[in-house]
Amino acid sequence: MSFLEIKALTKRFSETTAVEDFSLTVERGEFVSLLGPSGCGKTTTLQMIAGFEQPTSGSIILHGRNLAKIPARKRGLGIVFQTYALFPHMTVEQNVAFGLEMRGIAEPDRKQKVAAALDLVKLSHLAKRLPKAMSGGQRQRVALARALVIEPELLLLDEPLSNLDAKLREEMQLELRRIQQEAGVTTLLVTHDQSEAMALSDRIAVMQSGRLMQLGTPFDTYETPKSTFISNFLGKTNCLHARLVSTTGTASTLMINGIEVSGPSVNLLPGDVMASLRPERIDIVESSEGNTEAKVLERIFLGDQWLFRLETKLGELLVVRRNRGRREAEPGENVFIVWQPEHLQILPASRETS
Amino acid sequence: MIRNGRYSLLFNALFTLFMAGPLVVVIGVSFTPTGYLEFPPSGLSLRWFAAILDNPDFIDAAWVSLKLGIASATVSTIVAVPAALAIGREKFSGREALQALFLSPLTVPTVVLGIAFLRLLSVLELNGTFVGLVLCHAIIITPFVLRLVLSSVVGMDRSIEKAAISLGASNWTVFRRITMPLIMPGIVGGWVLAFITSFDELTVTVFIVNPSTTTLPVRLFSHITQTTDPLIASVSTVVILFTVALMLLINRFYGLDRLLMGETK
Amino acid sequence: MKSPQNMKPWLLSGPAFVLFLVLLLIPLVMTFMLSFNSFSFYGGIEDVYTFGNYIEVLGDSYFYEIFLRTFLIALITTVFCVLLGVPEAYILLRMRPLARSIMLLVVLGPLLISVVVRTLGWAILLGNNGVINELLQSLGLITSPVKMLYTPGGIVVALVHVMIPFMIIAVWAALQRRDPSAEQAAESLGASPVKVFTRIVLPQAMPGILSGSLIVFSLSASAFATPAILGGRRVKVVSTTVYDEFLNTLNWPLGAAIAVLLLASVLVIMLSWNRLIEKRYAGVFE
Repeated sequence: MSFLEIKALTKRFSETTAVEDFSLTVERGEFVSLLGPSGCGKTTTLQMIAGFEQPTSGSIILHGRNLAKIPARKRGLGIVFQTYALFPHMTVEQNVAFGLEMRGIAEPDRKQKVAAALDLVKLSHLAKRLPKAMSGGQRQRVALARALVIEPELLLLDEPLSNLDAKLREEMQLELRRIQQEAGVTTLLVTHDQSEAMALSDRIAVMQSGRLMQLGTPFDTYETPKSTFISNFLGKTNCLHARLVSTTGTASTLMINGIEVSGPSVNLLPGDVMASLRPERIDIVESSEGNTEAKVLERIFLGDQWLFRLETKLGELLVVRRNRGRREAEPGENVFIVWQPEHLQILPASRETS
Repeated sequence: MIRNGRYSLLFNALFTLFMAGPLVVVIGVSFTPTGYLEFPPSGLSLRWFAAILDNPDFIDAAWVSLKLGIASATVSTIVAVPAALAIGREKFSGREALQALFLSPLTVPTVVLGIAFLRLLSVLELNGTFVGLVLCHAIIITPFVLRLVLSSVVGMDRSIEKAAISLGASNWTVFRRITMPLIMPGIVGGWVLAFITSFDELTVTVFIVNPSTTTLPVRLFSHITQTTDPLIASVSTVVILFTVALMLLINRFYGLDRLLMGETK
Repeated sequence: MKSPQNMKPWLLSGPAFVLFLVLLLIPLVMTFMLSFNSFSFYGGIEDVYTFGNYIEVLGDSYFYEIFLRTFLIALITTVFCVLLGVPEAYILLRMRPLARSIMLLVVLGPLLISVVVRTLGWAILLGNNGVINELLQSLGLITSPVKMLYTPGGIVVALVHVMIPFMIIAVWAALQRRDPSAEQAAESLGASPVKVFTRIVLPQAMPGILSGSLIVFSLSASAFATPAILGGRRVKVVSTTVYDEFLNTLNWPLGAAIAVLLLASVLVIMLSWNRLIEKRYAGVFE
């Protein structure tokens, strides 16, 4: 049996359903992200696991214990809130020690554990500081230490990095992963930031409108998304309306804007579909042999890469090209592009446009 | 940033003169060596300050006001804090009406409150008693306490309490160790404002006191309307100095604007 | 049946509710009932119920004059509070932090001092031998003292002094929410300081001005200490009239009727004013 088993978890409010039939199993020590746009139900799911919301139906079993019977304060989970929720009137030490105090752990043991936790997050030198005299990143680490010192069976992180600026966020992502690995604690992260989910997780659970849409490793979810929504949500992609003409065991034929295009084999019936092609899979080449014409409309320099917006017979396409330190095509120029047919993802038609 | 120009600063100076004028005049008159209200004083004498000591009524009245202020502010705070917690956090029908009720003393004309209290206290035979005064003052000052405590309650990040719960704290522990310390500034500020309001209160009090339980403002009021000797000026000066000292203290530890205007930043 | 969830807020507000029920609602009802009683010099308050007192008040020009004077004083006070308080609030907002904290003490501090003391100062200033008259005579502007004490004008001046902090607080609260860079934007687009004030700042201050006016008006109409000290026997307002009936004439029912009418008129004015504000500024209050 898995360490954490969530079965058919549902939460209905009077007018809306926040979470519908959500099921997930997590192994011990795993880092799983609940990823999705705001309103997708990820935070509500977390609240139910924490015990601050009661599920309408479904069960949550952690290490054999049915959490539904246990009140929030006895669940023994470590939680890092989006606002960090540090106790403003207590020092860092007192904040971290609080959970141990509640468990009646004696003073000398407490001191030792607090010191170890602060060491883990590299904040030992700020033990006597008050939260208001600390930066966002430091506060976040205090919140983490406070959650970890009680040696929880499950660590819940509610958008912990969303209040940090971009540079700090990148640093903290690495820190967070390191701390989690060192502590070896099973972790559930809630976030709307797809790059964060991909960077930190062993597996990602993509949620939309209260439902689990796809569960898989970051690589699998990115490379083989099951829907246009997921494809669009993780990374950038070119989504084109297409018509699936035929498909065999090895390849498919599509019509995009009246042009015939080859794609991989797919388990769909002929008809309207969406074709998704990642910008980094399209190559800009010199020769015209069998390749598609394109005109550069716009380009943006991003330091490590170039982003091109091209006009083609298939429609407008975004192309990403690694910065090789050389001159690249400029707006107005005509170029040629090519891609591998198997990199074209064929997905069920949706009402969403790219 | 657009700074204030010459005309603005002149306006401000005149405004300051307007606001401080009457108080400066009162203080000045209190130093007069003569027996009438003259300003500026022809000399500097402490005669009328010494006269306060010969007037036990004023000193007694000051004591009454002090005790009354402390008692009514405390009563008011004790009932207002749980009410603020209820209004600020729970969703329940009647919440708005309840809040309006507790803030209503601010909108009812003070004379109306005065005669209403007088009527009730005479029927209950509590008229002129200290208890009656405390209860009536408590009503008048509760809106001030409620507003300040409510803004503390509402301004608190609720997830801090959730964090405490997740770490194993019982509801009572959360209230005692987390909620109370965090709303304490609102409670203290509310108490202080309530005390000051009670201490200064005149209109309502004038209806419900009797000679043995007169407060300082009422004593001053009757003296002003009956005599014109500088004693009223010297007593007033003491009141001004006491209040200014209190005000500076409040400003140092709390912020006068925060006390009177609430948390606006 | 109330679920446990619903009992908690009522239990918490219970003590306050009971206090207010017994000490506010019931007395107000009692006063309302009292206004229907009649009074005789020898019999005291009689336990009958008639409209007699109301007929007396509403029918007598003496009382009309008092009510009119009260509301006129309140109105003029409010106007002056707006004219003086709004610019001052704006000036305060633009001051350097140090100067501003000091000025706030000067402007808001008087609120902490008893109104009796503040009005005493005005009584001394406005008297025939008072500071202002002495000053004007020594400057040669007038030949004999201007009567300011015991006039409605004197009451207005002192009331403005007492009430203006409330106006400043209301305007301040409204302007705190504004985005100061909007004024810089206007300046960069070529607006003069006056234009910036009238076109950018004033509209944003409006909700504060309106709510402040309401507070000042109702407090001025209900004011007691200031008109009592500066108006004396000659200039009566509604509050001092109620005081007279209750503590001098002892005609409690009549006093109660006057008080009820004051309460009713203040409430009516407040509600219609609020409705007006809501209609015009529905979008401003999120």
